Amino acid sequence: MRNAIPVLVLGRLSSSLVTLFLVSLVIFAITSMLPGDTAQLILGQFATPDQVAALRTELGLDQPALLRYWHWLSGFMTGNLGMSASNGVSVTQLMSDRLPNSLLLAAITTAISVPLALIMGITAAMRRGGAVDRVLNLVTLSMVAVPEFLVATLAVLLFAVKLDWLPALSYVSTVESFGDFMKIYAMPVLTLCCVLIAQMARMTRAALIDQLDSAYVEMARLKGVPPMRRVLRHALPNAVGPIANAVALSLSYLLGGVIIVETIFNYPGIASLMVDAVSNRDLALVQACAMLFCSAYLVLVMMADLCAILSNPRLRNR
Amino acid sequence: MQGESLTVRNLEICATPLGGEEHSIVNNIGFTLAPGEVMALIGESGSGKTTIALAMLGYARRGCRIAGGSVRLGETEILELNAVQTRRLRGHRVAYIAQSAAAAFNPSRSLMDQVIEGALIHGVMDRHSAQQKAVQLFRELALPEPERIGMRYPHQVSGGQLQRIMAAMALITDPALVILDEPTTALDVTTQIDVLRAFKKVMRERGTTAIYVSHDLAVVAQMADQVLVLKGGQEQEQGRIAQILEQPAHEYTRSLLAAARPDAHLSPPETARGDELLRIDDLQVGYGQRDRNGHPDKVVLDHIQLRIDRGQALGVIGESGSGKSTLARTVAGLVAPSRGAVQFNRRELSPTLRGRTSEQFRRIQMVFQSADNALNPAHSVRRLLNRPLETYFSLDRNVRRCRVEELMDLVKLPHTLLDRKPGELSGGQKQRVNLARALAAEPDLILCDEVTSALDTVVGAAILELLVELRRELGVAYLFISHDISTVRSLCDDVMVLYQGECVESGRCEEVLTRPQHNYTRKLIGSVPELRQGWLETCQWSTQTEASAPLV
Repeated sequence: MRNAIPVLVLGRLSSSLVTLFLVSLVIFAITSMLPGDTAQLILGQFATPDQVAALRTELGLDQPALLRYWHWLSGFMTGNLGMSASNGVSVTQLMSDRLPNSLLLAAITTAISVPLALIMGITAAMRRGGAVDRVLNLVTLSMVAVPEFLVATLAVLLFAVKLDWLPALSYVSTVESFGDFMKIYAMPVLTLCCVLIAQMARMTRAALIDQLDSAYVEMARLKGVPPMRRVLRHALPNAVGPIANAVALSLSYLLGGVIIVETIFNYPGIASLMVDAVSNRDLALVQACAMLFCSAYLVLVMMADLCAILSNPRLRNR
Repeated sequence: MQGESLTVRNLEICATPLGGEEHSIVNNIGFTLAPGEVMALIGESGSGKTTIALAMLGYARRGCRIAGGSVRLGETEILELNAVQTRRLRGHRVAYIAQSAAAAFNPSRSLMDQVIEGALIHGVMDRHSAQQKAVQLFRELALPEPERIGMRYPHQVSGGQLQRIMAAMALITDPALVILDEPTTALDVTTQIDVLRAFKKVMRERGTTAIYVSHDLAVVAQMADQVLVLKGGQEQEQGRIAQILEQPAHEYTRSLLAAARPDAHLSPPETARGDELLRIDDLQVGYGQRDRNGHPDKVVLDHIQLRIDRGQALGVIGESGSGKSTLARTVAGLVAPSRGAVQFNRRELSPTLRGRTSEQFRRIQMVFQSADNALNPAHSVRRLLNRPLETYFSLDRNVRRCRVEELMDLVKLPHTLLDRKPGELSGGQKQRVNLARALAAEPDLILCDEVTSALDTVVGAAILELLVELRRELGVAYLFISHDISTVRSLCDDVMVLYQGECVESGRCEEVLTRPQHNYTRKLIGSVPELRQGWLETCQWSTQTEASAPLV
């Protein structure tokens, strides 16, 4: 039977839909429970109660919560994400302004961090217990331990303030040449890589060592297989599953979790959009962002599982 | 003839335990093999036999180091080669066949890829001729579909086939020396016989020199020309196989020989038949979805009928996958039958654990094969034994302490072990604790699932002796599951032979085992290697013999 993969994808997609629905419920409940009132926030402290009431009616806030949720859900189903309550622009518009920036940052970070992390993890596993392993271990551990705002701040201090090589803020709109592009992205990407590489490299090392200790690797060794080939041809294919999962978990952080980096470098990404939306009680925008992050996460995890299945003949041919 | 002579002198191997001092684990080992001869290394686990065998490849496992001595193959001094030369030697002139083929094959690569890998790496031949040679070897090793079996993955072939494919992997480069590390230990006797035959044939034809590591003297008797008996990394005795079998000089060799066939000196105690204790009528157990008639997707056991009287022992034998363990699990309530029920003490037992009373739990105890997994490694022996006492009996502290000590006496363990953790005990001691824990509940019936299989022969024989004694003294009944006929013969009154989930024969032990009626029973009995040379050649059984031919 070779239909394991379509079945898995279909099953995952349907359970993803359920997950998304539950997430939307939770987000809705939380935003409803937040203290404060959207209309009040928009109009400011000096608005009269009449004005607030009028705006509430206009925004539909006077309707019962369930009804509001229903309106939002039916809109969402038909592709209408609604209007942002705080600035009257459509949510789709707001997100499509920001999303490409976030995706670009995520793509660059992925392209740099994943290969680096894999190389570091594999090298550490091959040289287990040796000097290289210990150095890499120290480096990755300190990368995990140092919070990213510190890395970002130090980077700004060093490269922007002291050396004056790079701009402290990332104004994406000023990019004109490849050099500009490199300058603007260097520090955000560096900061994000620090966080991601450490996690992925450590997981890769652990997964690989698990395989290197197995009987079949010893067998390969006793067949005279050289070390490099033992790792790459024998152990690595069997470690793809756990490594892919570690990578997926790390990468899922790149959309929603980069708020600190976005804030420090003033980078116009989607995470800061969501944080603003939360402080403005902008329900439609919060919901849409949450949905986006959640789906990105589910897609990544599904891809990791697919990698694991494709690399394992036992699962592949079931 | 392609084999080369092998000379080992003063071999010494050291190990460094984690955070410990380096100490030597193999001492002053030496032997000489003429081209084409087979040397058996025999001894219990921890005797250093695998460590010595691996040293022939210039290899020591993590934490070990070849400290001195010489291993000379033909003109090559193996221990003096550098890393690259050693790599060229391995899988080319010296090949290795591992104990567990299932673990030694890479699960994500096709069998053919792995079989010819050595030949390709060492540049012995090109891919095409390597594949042809592999198919040729598959054919010689009597593998089914030799042309196509290489395209499969390790999980798609059986254990016996995998073991033979590993032999093909070893022989593909026509090595001068082959190391066989317990190559049939993980196999059923009925499969073992084919694998042994195939090994012997291809090795004799090629005149390969070989080292055969085993704990089973009967197997060694079929395969080896010389024997080296080891204990604790030291040589106990060395000689030609005939001499070792007939005139063992060393005390330890004699104990190995005695343990190899426990039924020679052990027999079930004479006990009076009591009332009916356990009865099973037309039991069916299966896994998976049940269809409309309550028929499970995969039937593991069917039409099972048995009865154990108070104080009696029923042996259940069969090969792996025959449903032996499932039977014990059903009686224990771990698996619910899809048809039929278990009667205990003339009362029907609930099919699952949920419906059973504490008293029923107490009276049926289970002892698992692997004491390592069955005993919580974080608990002391005292705590392990206290647990059932607290659960089933309300005893005060002093009585309980006495009872724990009594239990230790019963299984012949010194009281000083009470405060140790399972990790600090030997395999045999752990199995005794495992048994004591079951006895603590004062059960009427003990379900023993392969309790001696994971142990060394000498240790296993001692456990068996203990089981016989407990029967005599406590009158406890056993459902004794084993794949080893001689253990059943030395402990049980009745026997039941399972084949593919069905009972093919049952009755009094001596009756069934001396005059088997069913073809499969005969095959099972006939496949057990005998402690004499030349048995393999005269034995008529093989997998090709139709086992399931009904005998009406």
